[in-house]
Amino acid sequence: MTALPLLDIRDLTVEFSTRRGTVRAVEHVDIAIAKGETVGIVGESGSGKSVTSYAAMRILDRAGRIADGSVTFTGIDVRQASESDMRALRGREMSMIFQNPRAALNPIRKVGRQIVDVLRQHAQADASRLGEKAIEILEQVRIARPRERYHAYPFELSGGMCQRVVIALALACRPQLLIADEPTTGLDVTTQKTVMELIVELTRQRGMSTILITHDLGLAATYCDRIVVMEKGRVVESNVAKAVFTAPEHPYTRKLMRATPRPGASLRELLPEDTAPPAAAPAAPNGNGSHGGPLLVVEKLVKEYPRKGNNALGKLFGRSPPTEPETFRAVDGISFTIDRGESVGLVGESGCGKSTTSTMVMRLIDQTDGAIVFNGEDIGAIPAKQFARLPQRKRIQMVFQDPTDSLNPRFTAARAIADPILRLGDIKGRNAVRARCEDLARRVGLPIDLLDRFPHQLSGGQKARVGIARAIALDPDLVILDEPTAALDVSVQAVVLNLLQELKESLGMSYLFVSHDLNVVRLLCDRVIVMQAGRIVEQGPTEQVLFAPAADYTRELLTAIPHPSFHA
Amino acid sequence: MLMMFLKRMLMAVPSLIGVVIVTFLLTRALPGDPAAYFAGPAASQEAIEQIRVKLGLDKPLIVQFGNYVNDLAHGDLGNSLTTGQPVGKEIKSRLPASAELTLLGLIVSMLVAVPLGILAATRPGSLIDHACRVISTAGVSLPVFFTGLILVYVFYYLLGWAPAPLGRLDVFFSPPPHVTGFYLVDSLIAGDGEVFFASLKQLVLPALTLGIFSLAPIARMTRASMLAVLGSDFVRTARASGLTPYTVIITYAFRNAMLPVVTTLGMVFSFLLGANVLVEKVFAWPGIGSYAVEALIASDFAPVQGFVLTMAIMYVLLNLIIDVLYGVIDPRVRMDA
Amino acid sequence: MSELTLPNGGAPPEAAPRRSSGFMATLRHARYIISDNPVTGFSFALFTIIFIAALFGPYIVPYDPLASDTVAALKGPSAAHWFGTDQLGRDVFSRVVVATRLDFIIAIASVALVFLMGGLAGIAGGFFGGWTDRIVGRIADTIMAFPLFVLAMGIVAALGNTVQNIIIATAIVNFPLYARVARAEANVRREAGFVLAARLSGNSDMRILLGHILPNIMPIMVVQMSLTMGYAILNAAGLSFIGLGVRPPTAEWGIMVADGAAFMVSGEWWIALFPGAALMVAVFCFNLLGDGLRDIVDPQRRT
Repeated sequence: MTALPLLDIRDLTVEFSTRRGTVRAVEHVDIAIAKGETVGIVGESGSGKSVTSYAAMRILDRAGRIADGSVTFTGIDVRQASESDMRALRGREMSMIFQNPRAALNPIRKVGRQIVDVLRQHAQADASRLGEKAIEILEQVRIARPRERYHAYPFELSGGMCQRVVIALALACRPQLLIADEPTTGLDVTTQKTVMELIVELTRQRGMSTILITHDLGLAATYCDRIVVMEKGRVVESNVAKAVFTAPEHPYTRKLMRATPRPGASLRELLPEDTAPPAAAPAAPNGNGSHGGPLLVVEKLVKEYPRKGNNALGKLFGRSPPTEPETFRAVDGISFTIDRGESVGLVGESGCGKSTTSTMVMRLIDQTDGAIVFNGEDIGAIPAKQFARLPQRKRIQMVFQDPTDSLNPRFTAARAIADPILRLGDIKGRNAVRARCEDLARRVGLPIDLLDRFPHQLSGGQKARVGIARAIALDPDLVILDEPTAALDVSVQAVVLNLLQELKESLGMSYLFVSHDLNVVRLLCDRVIVMQAGRIVEQGPTEQVLFAPAADYTRELLTAIPHPSFHA
Repeated sequence: MLMMFLKRMLMAVPSLIGVVIVTFLLTRALPGDPAAYFAGPAASQEAIEQIRVKLGLDKPLIVQFGNYVNDLAHGDLGNSLTTGQPVGKEIKSRLPASAELTLLGLIVSMLVAVPLGILAATRPGSLIDHACRVISTAGVSLPVFFTGLILVYVFYYLLGWAPAPLGRLDVFFSPPPHVTGFYLVDSLIAGDGEVFFASLKQLVLPALTLGIFSLAPIARMTRASMLAVLGSDFVRTARASGLTPYTVIITYAFRNAMLPVVTTLGMVFSFLLGANVLVEKVFAWPGIGSYAVEALIASDFAPVQGFVLTMAIMYVLLNLIIDVLYGVIDPRVRMDA
Repeated sequence: MSELTLPNGGAPPEAAPRRSSGFMATLRHARYIISDNPVTGFSFALFTIIFIAALFGPYIVPYDPLASDTVAALKGPSAAHWFGTDQLGRDVFSRVVVATRLDFIIAIASVALVFLMGGLAGIAGGFFGGWTDRIVGRIADTIMAFPLFVLAMGIVAALGNTVQNIIIATAIVNFPLYARVARAEANVRREAGFVLAARLSGNSDMRILLGHILPNIMPIMVVQMSLTMGYAILNAAGLSFIGLGVRPPTAEWGIMVADGAAFMVSGEWWIALFPGAALMVAVFCFNLLGDGLRDIVDPQRRT
């Protein structure tokens, strides 16, 4: 490529002044974007990928500044340009779309008017034609009934539709460069696909350059021409996508590639190459007082919620009752089993009822109908409120999704792990309890000296380990894991997944693994259950369901997942 | 929209019911003999008995409550012992004085507090920001009656700029013909410039006192709210779209930031209506606050009860207006109806 | 999570050395905040002065606050009478210092009472929901339907002019605020992961409420209590100013300002100014303290 790059970042260093002094978020970064190409910037949290693009548009936070280096956009020196010149560039020549689309829109302003604001700012049409132009743009991003939706407020639109509006805002003035900062995180996997395809189609159509910032290697592999890998504020590798994925050079890139769950890779293969092989796992103890037969049997489980309605007021004014049913079925008659030592995955998109199901199996809420039989005993018959104090409580435990939210901010790690032991365990006496906590910490690979820290002093991976230690403290038979690694960086995720596998084998536990990430489920689970709209669509051995799915919905889910393995 | 308005009005009804019940309890279901309260400290045993029968205080509580509500519906709030006049009538005639004062004070404070809060939020760490924070903390600490006295001392006694704190109008002037009861408005309607300025002069210090009092919470809330909104995702989007600072700050940020401020106004009104009483005493303002205070001194109970009830009802209505205003600004609340 | 401000990534955010318990850690953090923020340190110092004045005031003042000396009436500040004398010849300085105790007691008692009533009711309502929540909400709404000072006036007028009634009235009038704050905090944490985890660990509802949720709420409540102390003093002073509450010749700041108000207009400023200034200083101190505590407790909420 001999032509001048559209965006030329050279030796960029960005600093932030924080209460603890100056922090360098980005150091000596070189990135060049040519006209019409799509570049992916990948990295884990703290890599500086977002900061780099914020610097390119000069929309850094007040505390941040470009300390060194240069940014040139279509020949304009971004660092030296005046603020009004930059304002002319933003939105018109270079624009950005962010994560969390609904939050990115003004909640009390109609979406159409927000598009008109941008059009008017950059004089894209005569004053009289602004509204029509906005509607045209809404059509281009495939929003149905654009004339009507012009007058809609963000809270009236779904997440996917909000993201389309955000894209409309960004592309309204036909910029040359689009920066997409994690545009699909938080969206359902099927919505992710449609949104990405829309972005690609529109940008290719107009010959735009795109920067795709993401932590998802699969996404980058599918949609980018070139990849830039960043770690801790520096660029570690930059090459054509095919080269990066088939022959990564830098050790960090290799580590990332290895850690990303993908078809064909086993759990062990996610870990960095030089990890020592595990010590021979101690023989799993037989289930205490095992019943023989499956550990958990769920039969025709139903959960209904009353629909939130303003029927009262309607009835007062003599309106006819609504046509929808009075109740909402979150879980609509599902049945499955889990055997001893088995790991079962429960997958589906948001709203399918998987979390409600797991909460019922946990006996935190009561089911509306159906049986939950654990170890031969119908625990579904015991009200949730009473269950907390019964000995059966010990047998079923949970690892939560958000490590930060699931730890009491006022408890040290040791106190958090000790809680179940203190309430339900047989161990008495401070020293004995402490010894058990240390034992558990060793088991989960948590350094002992971290036991006396508070959650805000621990990293994401460390907090996850505390949560796991707490869950296994009472030697449960069944552990329910609710998206336990969703909030973790991919390299940390690899380690935690291996830990979970090792614990399962050495302690002889069964897992119910709830997730939306099919790749992770593939690695850890023997069997898979696919749910949609409260019903089980398909269930069976993992290999069978994920390689030869019987149901259309499963197929749809599978094709929507971007693969990090590279196809030419 | 209409549905939302009706719904809000319906929600105000339980509050009104609560207010009526509480004021009833405060006067009837008390330790001691209610009849003695109403008869006054100088009453003889006979007079007390007479009052007891007259006010129906010997009947069961439920019947009394029924009578109470019935009287209220007819605007009968009892009679003042000291003046012999119906309380309702006196409150009605004195209400405009209090209203004019409170409204002016609120307007003054909003005109200063809101811009101050916005400037402080858009220039963090600057002099304006520090000034705003100091004013917010100090303003909340000032006893309103003390502020009033200091203002009187400085501007009347020391500097002689302000007139004597003796009420709404200097003795040389007579009030304008009654249209609204607001002297400022009425004098303008009557085209009487002299009276207008005379009333204004009397209003300056007390309104300033109330203004200073309510300045702090409004400035504090505006600043905090603007800061939060300026850091939000949609403001970032607006900036990234190249919109001008004015559009970003006013059209996008400010309108959203005003929502919590509007909610705070309810609390501010609560404080203002209370502070009103104190300011009226300092400036000898002939409003309903001083009416109640004078009655208290004379152990004249019916006006106090009428005062509490009137203030509460006004407050419920004010809150209703604020709720509706909030709904006008925030469509999310509207659609919920 | 925005990467704009603190690019932290996977590294442990603070390399804080191990602390043996939460309390010591809080104290150390407090010292750090105070050294970092002199204004908070100043408010702590001021609070100590006020506390000492309240505790030892009556024993160290030069004159008997109730002793009148008509010969020396209405004299301005002098070497003999630092704050001057009032219309009955009483030493204003002595009265101001002695009044500290009364106002301080009123403030503390009101705040303690409203915390017990409102705080616990709010937490229970926010955590249990259902009827508990509805009843607490109704009570709070009914009280909030009144302008608060007006309600306080009504209560004291009905119950009688005593210090106890001022305390009760102040507590009642602040009930909705505490109930609301406590309820909101409990409600947010009700569905939090660590509460669910506590249930899984076998904790009963009561234990969760008092052992898990309350410790998380206390910091916010303490901040609120500090701010309410200031309000309680202003409330009591206001009530005394209009003749409700403390009776003469008791020394209380509000009633002293009321006494001195008439004289302010005629130029004897010291009778009302000093008690008023004392009021201001005390309330200002409590408000600063509240803000400083808020910083110690939750640095993210710095205003």
